[in-house]
Amino acid sequence: MLKAVRKGAKMYVIDPRRTTSAQWADVWLGLDVGTDIILANAMGREIIAAGLTNARFIEHATSGFEAYKKFVEKFTLERAERETGVPAEVIRQTAHAYARAEHAELCWTLGITEHHNAVDNVLALINLALLTGHVGRYASGINPLRGQNNVQGGGDMGALPDRLPGFQHVENDELRGKFERAWGAKIDPKRGLRLSEMFDAMERGELTALYVMGENPVDSEADRHRARKLLGGLGFMVVQDMFYTETAALADVILPAAAGWCESEGTVTSSERRVQRVRAAVPPPPGVRDDVEIIFDLARRLGHDWGKPNSEGLWNELRQLSPIHGGMSYRRLEELGGIQWPCYDETHPGEIYLHGRLWATPLIGPRAPFSAVEFAPPKDALDAEYPMRLTTGRRLDSYNTGVQSGRYSSPLRQEEALELCPEDGARYNVREGEKVRVSSRRGSVIAPVRFDSGLRPGLAFLTFHAHDQVATNDLTIDAIDPKSGTAEFKATAIRIEKCQEN
Amino acid sequence: MSESAQAPSPLIPLPRGPVPQAPARARAMIEIKMDGRTVSVPEGSTIIDAARQLGIDIPTLCFLESLTPVNVCRICVVELEGSRTLVPACSRKAEPGMVIQTDSERVRLSRRMVLEFLASSVNVSTAPMFAEYMKRYGARPERFGASPATVAQMPKIDNDLYVRDYAKCILCYKCVEACGTDAQNTFAIAVAGRGFSAHIATEYDVPLPDSACVYCGNCIGVCPTGALMFKSEYDLRLAGQWNESRQTRTDTICPYCGVGCDLTVHAQDGKIVRVTSPVDHSVTHGNLCIKGRFGWQFVEIQPAPKKS
Repeated sequence: MLKAVRKGAKMYVIDPRRTTSAQWADVWLGLDVGTDIILANAMGREIIAAGLTNARFIEHATSGFEAYKKFVEKFTLERAERETGVPAEVIRQTAHAYARAEHAELCWTLGITEHHNAVDNVLALINLALLTGHVGRYASGINPLRGQNNVQGGGDMGALPDRLPGFQHVENDELRGKFERAWGAKIDPKRGLRLSEMFDAMERGELTALYVMGENPVDSEADRHRARKLLGGLGFMVVQDMFYTETAALADVILPAAAGWCESEGTVTSSERRVQRVRAAVPPPPGVRDDVEIIFDLARRLGHDWGKPNSEGLWNELRQLSPIHGGMSYRRLEELGGIQWPCYDETHPGEIYLHGRLWATPLIGPRAPFSAVEFAPPKDALDAEYPMRLTTGRRLDSYNTGVQSGRYSSPLRQEEALELCPEDGARYNVREGEKVRVSSRRGSVIAPVRFDSGLRPGLAFLTFHAHDQVATNDLTIDAIDPKSGTAEFKATAIRIEKCQEN
Repeated sequence: MSESAQAPSPLIPLPRGPVPQAPARARAMIEIKMDGRTVSVPEGSTIIDAARQLGIDIPTLCFLESLTPVNVCRICVVELEGSRTLVPACSRKAEPGMVIQTDSERVRLSRRMVLEFLASSVNVSTAPMFAEYMKRYGARPERFGASPATVAQMPKIDNDLYVRDYAKCILCYKCVEACGTDAQNTFAIAVAGRGFSAHIATEYDVPLPDSACVYCGNCIGVCPTGALMFKSEYDLRLAGQWNESRQTRTDTICPYCGVGCDLTVHAQDGKIVRVTSPVDHSVTHGNLCIKGRFGWQFVEIQPAPKKS
């Protein structure tokens, strides 16, 4: 992004915190946590009112424009200023700049998706891309930036409750039948449960056995008390992981797994849909085995001998079953330094962007729909008892629950602390380093205070990198987006009290 | 136009569209003569690009494909017909009709001088290409006498990730560029001082942990002499255990975020000793962040189970 800024691109950063990215931006829109839909809808209204839509694209490739136009009428710039905290003129400028740009991209991370209305947030942004035609063209588009090296690949390979590999829906009889024939086995024709739904099923006593691979839900789930209680109450839990995590500590069986990126062979898929080879550089420690070997052994014990695992063989089986991966032989992946799906056959170069079909004449496939998305504030409302907004996030040198990143000596790493703006520090009469009790409607933790002038009064920040220091997810709310299953990590109502022991 | 905004069904795969193309700009070809041979390169190419096309090896120190040329080391100079001075091949663009000598006596003398000045004042023992260049050009740094002025000094060890041994620094500026506008945009280091006192410094020469450094290590990735070195490598060398003949290099992908940076894992006797990234990879051109470059130690270390 800075490369683009250096070449003259304008950067608008929309973030409650004045982050390092915001400091590089031409304009920073410091909106209130959870008001993204108001901002997006107001931008949409302004783009329409100023006559800056791409009328040809809307006519050619979208549906529902008139309904959208009518719906966003109530999202005036004045209302947006009142409810987001961003000056109306700045919203207007941003809307105009986005609509007038020859090429523009909307990029986002968890600030959009870790909300109880995550999908609605995304739909509100898609509306803007459809209004302006900033989609399906080179250097224009909508781009969720992935936070993990293979979170894209996991979904692509069918680690989703309703999809088989290659995003083929399990409830489509024809697609499921293809897999059943190839595997010689019946597949449940109904979608499975999302992670958040699994916790509800545990609560109802319907889910009693769990096999956890490479995840640490005891620390990573919102409302950690509930997560720990439910996982601890399972009849049986297997944890397959390279670390002895807090979750592994609750397991009945632990299967020590090799490091996928340097102790085994295979592929991962990056944020830009690029499938890339990972290779074994070192042998795993004694007693530790490759994930696939463990699964093959498990299958053998269950009466299915799949032979000896071979990563290229497994990949070629996937290529047979998933059309979007069909052309990605190991040889081509090496030669091209990775290929972006879809790549249907060995003459296909892969695709550097998606949705180009929307510009084809005549239009290929269905129209892209506008969505009228209503605003709904964060579930954990502020009141006199819990007057501060806590938002959570990551730090540069750390990663998720810290089991992986906590083991190198980073000169940047500081003790986990509740970050406040200096004004709030004065308001609560606390100095940097002093300890405060932070309480939410679910739990409370003690944390030292650190000042960050990038925060605004009323906004506090914590990470969940070091739960042994500050158990941030004791505070967060597991208000789940019904459409995506994501919890609202970004918006917790808290109260701050100075500790007596200071 | 339909007014009912009906979302496409997730059950039905979307049809294939046209294969997207990145816009390609057609570039005119330029013909030049090099060492008596004719070569044709796209407009905007440098002399070094043309040389590589002919398989001519021009030595470089301060040049790297991913950085803006700064023309400071002068080892890549070539003789250009009609030019009073030698010209740097790394940055001079090819122009139609150029006639170039890449290995004339004047060129060889100039390169020899550069190598002698550097090798007499700087510790080049861990600069992989130096010995070969010195042999190729017959450089004799010892001709400046037994005690020439040097930049000898103690290595700066102020963090656990990398060591800065400026006794090995040839002031090629690559680290400054990688820290600045060419990659990281952090600007933790710059060249301070003048003449022989010029040196790479943080602001007010503060230790790294007090500087703006974010430990991406992109400076280490571009350092041509080993002045910037992974602490893991430095410690092994100090203990006399660094042995590249027992090392393997394996390309894989970073285990952290979704960018997909290519990593080259250097392992000695089955243990990771350092992680680098190939400059020619399309994803990040050799640039990494602190996690990718230094965050691999979890593979080696398994602390005792934590009590909860």
